[in-house]
Amino acid sequence: MTTAHFQSHYIPNTEQEQAEMLATLGLTAIDQLFHDIPDEFRNPPLDLPEPLSELDIQRELAGLASKNRALGSGPSFLGAGSYHHFIPSIVKALMTRGEFLTAYTPYQPEVSQGTLQVIYEFQTLISSLFGMEVANAGMYDGATSLAEGVLMACRVTRRDRVAVSDTVSPLYLQVIRTYCQAQGVRIEVVRHWQPEVGDDTACLVVQHPNFYGGIEDLGELAQLAHGHGALLVVSADPLACGMLNPPGHYSADIVTGEGQPLGIPASYGGPYLGLFTCKEQYIRQMPSRLVGRTVDTQGRTGYVLTLQTREQHIRRERATSNICTNEALYALAATIYLAAMGRQGLKQVAELCYHKAHYAAAEIEALPGYSIPFKRGPFFQEFVVQCPAPPAQINGRLMERNILGGLDISVPPYSDPLPSELDKGMLLCVTEMNSKNDIDALVAGLAEFS
Amino acid sequence: MLKGGSRDTGRLLMERSVPGRMGVVTPPLDVPQQPMPDASLLRDDLGLPEVSEPEVVQYFTALSQLNFSIDTQFYPLGSCTMKYNPKVNDEMAFLPGFAAIHPLQPEEQSQGALELLYRLQEFLGKITGMAGVSLATLAGAHGELAGVLMMRAYHHAQGDTGRTKMAIPDSAHGTNPASAAMAGFDVVSLASDKDGNVDLEALHELAGPDLAGVMITLPSTLGLFDQNIVEVCRIVHEAGGLVYGDGANMNALLGRTKLGDLGFDVIHLNLHKTFSTPHGGGGPGAGPVCCAPILARYLAAPVVTATDFNGNGSGSTYSLSTPEQSIGKMSGYHGNFGVLVRAYTYIRTLGDAGIKSISGNAVLNANYLLQALKDIYYLPYDRTCMHEVVLSADWQRARGVSGLDVAKRLLDYGFHAPTMYFPLIVHEALMIEPTEAENRDTLDAFIQALRDINQESFDDPDFVHHAPHTTTVSRLDEAGAARHPDLRWRPEA
Repeated sequence: MTTAHFQSHYIPNTEQEQAEMLATLGLTAIDQLFHDIPDEFRNPPLDLPEPLSELDIQRELAGLASKNRALGSGPSFLGAGSYHHFIPSIVKALMTRGEFLTAYTPYQPEVSQGTLQVIYEFQTLISSLFGMEVANAGMYDGATSLAEGVLMACRVTRRDRVAVSDTVSPLYLQVIRTYCQAQGVRIEVVRHWQPEVGDDTACLVVQHPNFYGGIEDLGELAQLAHGHGALLVVSADPLACGMLNPPGHYSADIVTGEGQPLGIPASYGGPYLGLFTCKEQYIRQMPSRLVGRTVDTQGRTGYVLTLQTREQHIRRERATSNICTNEALYALAATIYLAAMGRQGLKQVAELCYHKAHYAAAEIEALPGYSIPFKRGPFFQEFVVQCPAPPAQINGRLMERNILGGLDISVPPYSDPLPSELDKGMLLCVTEMNSKNDIDALVAGLAEFS
Repeated sequence: MLKGGSRDTGRLLMERSVPGRMGVVTPPLDVPQQPMPDASLLRDDLGLPEVSEPEVVQYFTALSQLNFSIDTQFYPLGSCTMKYNPKVNDEMAFLPGFAAIHPLQPEEQSQGALELLYRLQEFLGKITGMAGVSLATLAGAHGELAGVLMMRAYHHAQGDTGRTKMAIPDSAHGTNPASAAMAGFDVVSLASDKDGNVDLEALHELAGPDLAGVMITLPSTLGLFDQNIVEVCRIVHEAGGLVYGDGANMNALLGRTKLGDLGFDVIHLNLHKTFSTPHGGGGPGAGPVCCAPILARYLAAPVVTATDFNGNGSGSTYSLSTPEQSIGKMSGYHGNFGVLVRAYTYIRTLGDAGIKSISGNAVLNANYLLQALKDIYYLPYDRTCMHEVVLSADWQRARGVSGLDVAKRLLDYGFHAPTMYFPLIVHEALMIEPTEAENRDTLDAFIQALRDINQESFDDPDFVHHAPHTTTVSRLDEAGAARHPDLRWRPEA
């Protein structure tokens, strides 16, 4: 009998019950159920640490958590794809309901109408936000969503050359390269002011606003891409689309994005939410799940997973993607967030970010030694500052004032596309979470180096 | 009136929208108003609803009540490991020191997060018998893609570029061939033998200089431990190939055997299955990749490394690093950290004995169901099963009741359906996975329901054929949904 004495409190069966159940099988020990495992490989030592009570676990985890600096513990100006925005209390309260949290993928629509209707709402709100015709039920994150957008553009155009603007997030570029490494796709990084697009280009890939904060002329870029039969693939900040024209306004073909700004905590980089939208004509090349509205046998409205013949569980190696589990719970979070913020609220938040960021940029530009190299063009909530000292050094001093500074873009991969004279760049992000006091404290901290 | 919710769910958000209603009050602008950008950049068409906060709460709460979930129903969905999701796991992931930290903040300000990730890498390495671990992949299929890209990178590094074939059993999850295809491989199907094991003769025929490797799910999707597994690994290795392990079914093997010991080279785990993190209606998950020493240099970036200044672990500092020949970054940052915190918390509740109690009870519960049902539902492979039992509704089918009908009728009994028509090699498959977290009363009630439905297949097959009868909606027109896709609300649609 090798039944262990310690058993998890997540298991109801008592030793007595186990014995009775084993008896129905003509067995006396649980270990006998594992006789197919060769003896020499069975019951190896694990050497995990001793189990803890819930109280002790909470203490251990609280101890680890306390070694991290939380965004709310002081002014924070770090963005670069993960943003500190306000999350209304109702988002967590609703998304942690067990009926949402502990449900599986809605493969049984009769008992999953809650999740399915939420995803239909999500598809409605995201396609509307991006000005696009259709949205899917979500991808892993902004980076993978863009990489899948690139692969989809290659399928649609049957071309294998991809032009990625040098203002696209260097982190996203790395993920595009990973996803494309075995697909025979050629990735070319092109200058954003003069992107080279040819008649064999599958797509031009840009970001809105771009990684360095700027707002590019999407209309011109779309015209350029379309003139060569290429698609315009955009990764967009959904919150910026609360005030700025969305990529769909400029005839973008595939618009992806990082959904994290929509009510999802920074959480050290995940779980986040990939947004994925496109023109309706390309829908059969779309990756990931789609929910459609239909009727039941009695004519009542209901929702189902649809167009599943694109997906891996039906199409296997000929599927549009291997994606299965995505981020449904965070699609729910984003839907609740957008419902709560609504038409007025999202615009107001976007404008708060805009005004605060521009106030900060103006104050910093007034400091001797600092300049805002890209300020001639419009920007949203992020901007690059050329500093008088190495950004890492400045950030170290800011942290002494409990201020989390911007991203040091004087190092690879962020510095790769930057002009050589921009050698002490810091990418700062200002959101509605930063009060005027926060911004003034940042400026005072930066002034030390003036 | 809809069942389950007292609040109306019939109208969508845009249909509830009333101009002027607000769900959130934003703070006033506390800096001087700045010049606006050119008006041509600004939108005036933001199509979002206007709904008050109580309406949002009531609507989404009512929607939640239209779902089955683990917390409300038995969910014996095969291959999905729908076990209890401990609440403490969620609470830990929501600690501000975890939920509110920025992925790019300096490592000195993230040492607690990095230490947790480092320890989790170690735990998963111990559980799987694998030397290398990367936590950067965000779901099972995502881990698969990383794993097969690593196999490709390994072969290419040996100058062995002719290995274009990936052999995958006919019982495999669809993600396996889809991932292999994304990694540029030609997929070849590997047959199963009469006992549900990999057919060794078929494997011998495929094991040549063009074989990159095989992708094996253990236990297989038939719920069986492959009795030939050691031989399978030997044959593949002898031919110069690598063995990928799909860890979707690891719940059966926790503490019972280590995939690394058996000969697997690279595997992924599904933390949202085996390690109790909630499935969330379809994610987020996490799909860490574990590998043998020869593949560790190809792992997805980043991995967490420790520098031990005092030589005794007391003064370690942790940092993110990129393995020397990494396949690259698989996602924007470092993985689904919130999910990883939950899995870490779970493993800390268990220890060695607790881990074994998971697999032991999961397998016991599945065999208890097998034993109680095999007289009335055809059992295609009459062997001790692992964490799940695959039955067939072939006998019911002869009476006009399909596997689908049985599954739908279970919904009326208040049980979620098993996985149906999968694996593809079993007719009318009903794949049932009870997990360790269900008590015997629930199992007995489920057995009784399946026995009752079998009786109904004699008495009134037509009634079963039209099930479910008591759910919010009855069977939905899926063909119509695909023919005329209605994927979003439109004004006056």
